[in-house]
Amino acid sequence: MTGADALFGVFAALACGGALGVAAFRSVARMAFSLVVCLSAVAGLFFLLNAPMVGATQLIVYVGGTVVLLIFGVMLTDAGVGRRMKIGLLETISMTFIAIGLAAALGWTAVGLGRAIPGAPVLDEEGVEIVAATPDTLRPIGLKFLGLGGESGVGFLLPFEIISVHLLVVLIGAAYLARAKRRVDATPETPPEATRETASDGLGEQA
Amino acid sequence: MTGYLIVSAVLLTCGVVCMASKRNAVGVLMGVELVLNAASVNFVAAAEFGPPAVPVQVATADAIGVGLDGQIAALFVIVLAAAEAAVALAIVLAFFNQHGTADVDAASELRG
Repeated sequence: MTGADALFGVFAALACGGALGVAAFRSVARMAFSLVVCLSAVAGLFFLLNAPMVGATQLIVYVGGTVVLLIFGVMLTDAGVGRRMKIGLLETISMTFIAIGLAAALGWTAVGLGRAIPGAPVLDEEGVEIVAATPDTLRPIGLKFLGLGGESGVGFLLPFEIISVHLLVVLIGAAYLARAKRRVDATPETPPEATRETASDGLGEQA
Repeated sequence: MTGYLIVSAVLLTCGVVCMASKRNAVGVLMGVELVLNAASVNFVAAAEFGPPAVPVQVATADAIGVGLDGQIAALFVIVLAAAEAAVALAIVLAFFNQHGTADVDAASELRG
């Protein structure tokens, strides 16, 4: 039992516990907190897997960005503290069966696949496992994105560009969708100044 | 490898249960995040433990099998998850502005 195994146990337990909390809690605020725990533990797993770049991105984008966005969603839709939406008994029972079946199938596959791919440790001459000390993955990942310097020459430049444009489109679309709506009875020819006033009114009512 | 795959399986199961059983739209979104995280855990685990493309003795950290491809796939998953969360939350907010609730069962205008 090495230190890496112990750390894996800690992070795996945190990740699974957080995921179970997300699935089990009724209050959305508690679900959000469990999600933060789970995603941070997954970032720790990425660090353990010699992927510090992915781990850092997970922490920055996911825990720092997406979860904050979700928490804002919880606040703005006012579903957090007071109201708890119940689900029916039939749904609970059927979901339990689905969960057990899915977990059994996936667990069986995971154990089989893990046996098939044992992950041979890299050994040096004395038979001691070589553990890469914080591999430098930032530069290879950047070169791989641009299709430069790789041994195969195959890069990810096109997906990189597509995802850049996709992000731009998504942000514009999200801003368009989430803008404060005009009143239903307001005329469509409302001048921009009045629209802005109505928008600020809507925000004030929500706050 | 098995440990990471099992963690990923647990995440995916919890995410699917969360997606299917929550009535709050934000809860459904959290389930989607869990499922996407399960996928990226698998990608990075395959990047680390995948079949080596070169002999193990001469393999370096960035030359093993699917190494960087798996990590790049995980990065794409993270970015797409952020975009998906932004759009979905915008839709939820628009829905909330119209209906005054975030209950997914209230979205029944298109029911046949």
